[in-house]
Formats: sequence, structure tokens, C-alpha cells
Amino acid sequence: MAKEAKVVEREEVVVRFSGDSGDGMQLTGTLFSDTLALEGNDISTFPDYPSEIRAPQGTIGGVSGFQVNFGNGKVNTPGDQADVLVAMNPAAIKAHCKFVKPGGTIIYDRDSLTEKNLKKAGYQTNDPITECKLKDYNIVPVPVTELTKSALADLDLDNKSILRSKNMFALGLICWVFNRPVQHIEEFIQRKFAKKPLIVEANKKVLKAGFNYGMNVQAMTPQYMVDKAKIEKGKYRNINGNVATAWGLLAAAEKSGRPLFLGSYPITPATEVLQALSERKDLGVKSFQAEDEIAGICTSLGASFAGHLAVTSTSGPGLALKGEAIGLAVMAELPIVIVNVQRGGPSTGLPTKTEQSDLMQALYGRNGESPVVVLAASTPSDCFEYAYKAAKIALERMVPVILLTDGFLANGSEPWKIPAMADMDVITPRIAKDPETFKAYARDPELLAREWAFPGMEGFQHRIGGLEKDINGSVSHDFDNHQKMTDIREGKVAKVVDMVPDVEIYGDEDADLLVVGWGGTYGHLVTSVRQLREEGKKVALAHFNYINPLPKNTEEVFAKFKDIVVCELNMGQFTAYLRDKLPQFSYKQYNKVKGIPFDVEELKNHFVQLMED
Amino acid sequence: MAENVTYTLKDFKSSNEVRWCPGCGDHAVMNAIQKAMATLGKKHEDYAVVSGIGCSSRFPYYMSTFGFHTIHGRAAAIASGVKSANPNLSVWQISGDGDALAIGGNHFIHTVRRNIDLNIILFNNRIYGLTKGQYSPTSERGKVTKTSPFGTIEEPFNPGNLVLGARGTFFARSIDSNVKHSQEVCTAAAKHKGTSVVEVLQNCVIFNHGAYNDINDPKTRADRQIFLKHGEKMLFGANNEKGLVWENGDLKAVVVGENGYTIDDVLVHDAKTESMNLHHALIEMALPSLPVAFGVIRDVEAPFYDEEMEKQIAHVQETRKITCMDDLLNSGDTWEVE
Ligand code: SF4
Repeated sequence: MAKEAKVVEREEVVVRFSGDSGDGMQLTGTLFSDTLALEGNDISTFPDYPSEIRAPQGTIGGVSGFQVNFGNGKVNTPGDQADVLVAMNPAAIKAHCKFVKPGGTIIYDRDSLTEKNLKKAGYQTNDPITECKLKDYNIVPVPVTELTKSALADLDLDNKSILRSKNMFALGLICWVFNRPVQHIEEFIQRKFAKKPLIVEANKKVLKAGFNYGMNVQAMTPQYMVDKAKIEKGKYRNINGNVATAWGLLAAAEKSGRPLFLGSYPITPATEVLQALSERKDLGVKSFQAEDEIAGICTSLGASFAGHLAVTSTSGPGLALKGEAIGLAVMAELPIVIVNVQRGGPSTGLPTKTEQSDLMQALYGRNGESPVVVLAASTPSDCFEYAYKAAKIALERMVPVILLTDGFLANGSEPWKIPAMADMDVITPRIAKDPETFKAYARDPELLAREWAFPGMEGFQHRIGGLEKDINGSVSHDFDNHQKMTDIREGKVAKVVDMVPDVEIYGDEDADLLVVGWGGTYGHLVTSVRQLREEGKKVALAHFNYINPLPKNTEEVFAKFKDIVVCELNMGQFTAYLRDKLPQFSYKQYNKVKGIPFDVEELKNHFVQLMED
Repeated sequence: MAENVTYTLKDFKSSNEVRWCPGCGDHAVMNAIQKAMATLGKKHEDYAVVSGIGCSSRFPYYMSTFGFHTIHGRAAAIASGVKSANPNLSVWQISGDGDALAIGGNHFIHTVRRNIDLNIILFNNRIYGLTKGQYSPTSERGKVTKTSPFGTIEEPFNPGNLVLGARGTFFARSIDSNVKHSQEVCTAAAKHKGTSVVEVLQNCVIFNHGAYNDINDPKTRADRQIFLKHGEKMLFGANNEKGLVWENGDLKAVVVGENGYTIDDVLVHDAKTESMNLHHALIEMALPSLPVAFGVIRDVEAPFYDEEMEKQIAHVQETRKITCMDDLLNSGDTWEVE
């Protein structure tokens, strides 16, 4: 039954690597994605890893995945389902076959189907393919373990190190399948293991062996061709949401001239922000790993009082713990950026999975009337832009700003056109200049923002705190004063609207349906709207990055459309907020809380149904 | 550090009316701190006073320095941020026993462990005053308060022990009524590099009046208090006729010249030794068998956080390849799209 390798031309292809947590799937996926990007494709990636760091080997709970979507046009999502799944063990087949398109290709390590592995993965038989009902798929069993071993037979390596390089075999094979060179990966291996020549040699050998295997047994696998994408000229790099967030804050520090201080506590999936900033001692960052979430924000608030660009980073449960201190920042009118990388909740919830369910917490989760500015990033790379903007707003308006990202953006990566610092907006912190006229809570009559003076500045000595105070900064329990100060704090946040760009309409202004979203769902929403328009449907998207305050033109935009559907990965928090802010419109909603992003097909089906109703 | 500026106590008083109860020990402690600040040679604008919540935490409002009255328990964390951000400042944290040791206990021990160069003044009145009289983590076992009408059933903290447990480098004890001594101890705390904890025994006239009467009764206190000084014999009593000796693995109070004890048997206080054994024994001393220790009990040198942080940054920057954001943005794997 030998057939020639068939070459399939595609605009977009989705590949998912999956294996045991110890199989190195995240690295494998990242290296393949980098290769794609370096070779000129647009990509979007999504790692899908278990929350147990070392779940029992070979079990379903220990399966770790990495999905990448690449194409010859703009790629906005990591793709709903994979064209090709690479599975390193039977547990990976079982756990991730549901992420493969019907009829898609499943490449798996034939040698991994041992009795022990099958049992650990909970199979009843020794035939995973039949048991998982995968008969109609293009199934490609490959003796990965055996071929890895024989590739390394003449090297002096222990069995454990040999098995550890299995992922390179899979990677080499996939490079062949997608007609991509292994050279970038080889360079990476060379750099990473510079001090261990034996490991370099072993990895390269196995990588090559995988590639050659693909070439030699062409009969078994379809080879996909995806052209380079037509993307804007310039210099690019890959970046994920957490690093982009960290770098946006660094850029704001440089631009504003205020040194960056990060007080934080490790928490999934936000830890990488702390790590990425801790690395930047070269740029003078002061990072403080605190004893808990509360100390994370409190040290940061202390640094804000002392004149730094103050940041704290966290995820849902940590935001809950920081609530009281955010209230203090509201009351003391100190600038601070709180980065919240949302994950599935409540409580510990789904630590490694994505969700948008901290919106209400960000807006209202504090005692008292405690308004803050809330922004949300919408792609891995625009985390840079919104982190920068969050810092700009905080420093120029003396308000705490909460930046919402999510697990999907945080770990997902995409190519990013590198900005030049000279092109970034100016940031002018409101630093007090005249000690004669300075009063702690005197403020600009227009912006309602007070001035910032910090210890060490001669003649500006003053006291601030969490108690209500009057305009002079003296503690006041006067009831009219409390009303007045509450109005001022509210008004100050509302005034930030003049720093907020209008929300744009993507699609037809006379569309039958306006899709509304916010934050990290952008890629899926825009893809589904684009595809529907290509199919001749009249549909539009308004996607929000500024939640509080909302863009000035929000009402005007909504008024153009007969039907509005608000889509979010929660039970309807933005919808409730819009109903409160703009009650004159009627909102349909589409919600999902499964710990995973939307799926373009599901969105399209839903929108079509709404338009037909 | 000395910048040759001199001030008087008045330079540190703000115009705000002091609202502590008349007779409250806080008044005297504030005087002592203001006097200490006036003589430290630090510029006025380089002082920052950070407090949490509680009676004593109103302190920053009564000072003319930079001040931040924060939230319950968090003063240590906020002060840590202030000092780490700007190590040139002299940062003082004012906390009560509830603020520092109950709700803020975690921050307290970790601040001490990091050895950030803060001066923590711990006003210990062994009661919650601001909420009108509930027991605190330093209230003695059996204490009857509004929330322990039948007496508490828990052991109190001895703050000095927490400091030692967190491998602290400075601990001193003082008492509100002795302003001169409090000033001395606060001055020593300010000079120490690292976290200095000064426990001030403070009388709350309203809710725990007389808590320290047994220690501080003018008629008997010479026999019940010992003022330790580094390098000096551990003597006490109206005429320094009593001393501390080490016997059977513990401290013992003796009368010099009686029962065969001579002045040579009396211990010399070594605040600078790293060993915690004797410091621990001194912190633990309690009536009736032993006097209560005052003064600087421990004052050892060690690397301190804020300076280490600066050093590390300077060290990395010596050989840095990334000098600005544009460098960073363009570092690593990049590619051109033509
Ligand atoms: S209640 Fe006690 S501690 Fe508080 S101010 Fe009055 S006397 Fe001082």
C-alpha cells in the first residue's frame, strides 16, 4: 500500500505537541514555533500544561501540551483544533485526541505503548487507537524510543539522558513534515548546552534522525506547505504576554524617568512577570519577592510613596489579598500598577487555565467606594502597550491602575514588531515643583489629580494615609467632606477618559450583529468575525481594552447596531457592567467557563444562529 | 551618613493636635524619638515615618517629617518598600503589639529576617487600645479583657524572642517613662545598619493601666530593672550592688560580696556577639527571680537588604550588555521582514 507523500497546501496549520510533563513538550513546541517565526510565518501559540508540577508519570493528569497555529496571513489564535497531534505516550493520545480535527493526523511513539503505560493511562485494551475511536484519523505510529536509542548507540550516554532526547526526534520529524529547516534548533542547542558538548552532539543527532526518518518513510505522512506570511516590514521577535507585560513596564520606567520597583509573590500564571523583571538588574529594576501577596503590594506602595514607578503582579487569589492595600492606594492617591493575570476561579480554581472572571473583582472588589482605572490587554504582544499605558495613566493621574491579562495571553506568544523607544508616548509624572504652594491633597482643578512629592524632597514634608482627610491633608471625619472626597476620587478616575482612545468597529457599520468582547478573547472574536464576513455575513466587532473608564464613543457605537452580543470567558461580568453603565441597550451574551479559550467554530455557529433568529 | 545638620525636638513636631489620652505612654516615647532624630545629623526631609493601625500608629500625623499612616499590620512591608526604594532615607516604623505581632506578624518576622535597615519602634502596651480593650498577642496568660471575660488561655509572645527566631541583628528594650533611656536606645537603633527592633513597654492608662507597675514602681524598680550596656558589667540595684552571673546553664541574680560572689563573677554585656544564647537568656529574664532587661541587648553587624540590593544592581551593571530598553527589545532572537 505504499503511496507517495502527499503534499497538502494550506493557509493555516495547527500542530499540537503532547506528552508527559517530563517529556519536554513546552520546549519542543517553543523551538518549533520560533523556527516558524524565523522562517517568516505569523504564529500564535498556547501552552496547555497541568497544574501539578510532577503529576505521576504516564498518567492523564501529567499530560502537558503545546499548540501552535501558523499561517501565511495574520494569525490571531492558536487554532481551535490541531491538524497534527504529536503524542509521546498513550496518556497523551487519550487526553489530547479530542483536540484534533476529525480526520487529522496523529503521530505517536509506538514504543511507548507498553503494558505499564497503557495501564497508567487507564486503557482497558492494548489498542489506544480503537479505544479512543480514532480509526478515521490518519494514524502514524513511529518507533521514536527505539530510533532515538539507535541514533545514540555509539555515544557514551546513560539510558536516562537518551530517553530525555526523544523530544528532539519528534521535533526533527515535525520539521520535515512542515518543510522547515532544523538549523535554528541546532543553534539553540549549541547555545543552551555550550558547556556540555556530549549533550549537544546527542540532541543534534536525534534531531537529524527524526528529520531523516520523515524523509525516508515519506509514505506515511502528508507533508504540509504553508507559505510565508505577508507581514508588515520591520524587525520582529517572538514574545509572550508575561514578558511583554514586564517589558512594557520597563519601557514606562525608562520613559518617565522613575525607577521601577516590583513587589510581588510567585503565583501561577503570573510568576513569569516577577521573573522577567528580576532578571533586569542591568536596567536597575528593584524586584522584591515578598513574604506574601499583601507584602507584595505593600512594599510596592512604599516604593510609590518614595517616588518609584511601583508595580505588583498577581493572579486572582492574590488580587483578593491585595484588595485592602489597593484601597489604601486609592485613598492616599498614590500611583501603582497592579497586574492581574487571570486564571480559572474561584478559590484556587484552575491555576493553569485561562478565564476572564476577575473583572468584577478588579472593578469593585474592595471595601468602600474605591474606584480604580481598569485596562485589559488583548493579545500576547499588546500586553506591552497596555502595561505601558497603565503606568502612564498611574503616573500622570496619581491613581492605581489594574491591568488585566489572562493565562492565555500570558503564556501564548506571537511575533511582534519591535517598537523604538523614541516612538513611545511621553510620560510626565506629576512631581511637585514648588514647596511653597505644595499641599498633599491640593489638585489640578481639571484632572483632579494631586501632586507627587516624596521623602528626600526638601520642603515637601507631608503626611498621607488611609483615613479620610480634607483638602489640606488633615484627618477629617466631617460628613460633607467625605462626600466631597468620594466624588473627587470617582471623578478623577472618570477624567482618565481623555487618555482613552475611541473603541473601533471592525467590520460593517451597518451589520446585523455587533459582537462585543474585551481583553484576551480578541484573537478568537476577530477571527470568527473575519471568517463570517468572508462568507458574506454582515457582522462587526467592538473589542474593549479600556474597561474603566469606557471609551467616550461607546454609546455612539452601540447605538448603530440592532443586536449586540457580549462574549466573555465568565458568566457575564462585562455584560452586567455594560447594563449598569449603558442600560439603554439590550445585550445578548455568550459565555464560557471551561478554562479554555473560545473556539472560532463555536463562535461562528452562535453568531449565525443569532443573525438567523 | 552624618550630614552635619542639627535640629531641635520642636523641628519634628507637627501642628496637628496630639490626640492620645492624657497620661498615655505614647507622648513620652514620641518625645524621645523626636529628640533622637534631632541629634542624628540626618536631614529633616530624609526622615520617613510609617505606621500601621492602632493608637500609637497615629504617630506620623504628629510629626513634621514625611509620614505614611497605612493599614493594619502592613507597616513593616510598606516601610520595607520605602527603604528599599531609597536607602538614603532614615525610615522609622511605628507599630503596636497588635499591629506588629498579630495581624502583621508575618511581615514583622520577614522584615527582621531580611535585615532591612529600618527602625521599628514597637509600642507594647499588651492590649488593644484603639478598639477599646481586647487582649493582644503580648497579653499575659489569664488576662481578663472584654474578649476574654474568663481570662485568656494562650501564651503571649516575647517580642525579643521573635527577633532572635528571625535571626535579627538588633533588639533593645525601653520603657515609656524613662525618656532619656528611650532616646539613647532609639539613637542606637538608628545607627545600627539592619532592622532595629526597639520594644518600648508602654502604659495604656485607659485599658491596661499599671501593666508594668511591678517592673516600674519607683520604690522597687532599681531592683527590678537592669540597664545593659555593651562592654559593661551587668549590675543593678540602687547602688549597683547586684549583678548577673552565669550558673548552671542560666542567669542568676546575686548580691556582689555575698555568698562568695565577687565583682569578677558578674558578667560583662556583649551586645555584639553573634551568639544568641546569652541574648536569649537576657530577653527572657522576668520577675520575680530576675530583673527585666533594658537597653541594647543585641547589636550585631550583618549584610543588610537595602544595601545588598543596591550592590547587586551595581555589580550586574558593571558588565551589562543591555544598557537601555532599545537594547533589550532588540536582544536575543530577532528577524527582519523585508
Ligand atoms: S487608649 Fe491607651 S494606648 Fe490608646 S491613647 Fe489612650 S492611653 Fe494611649
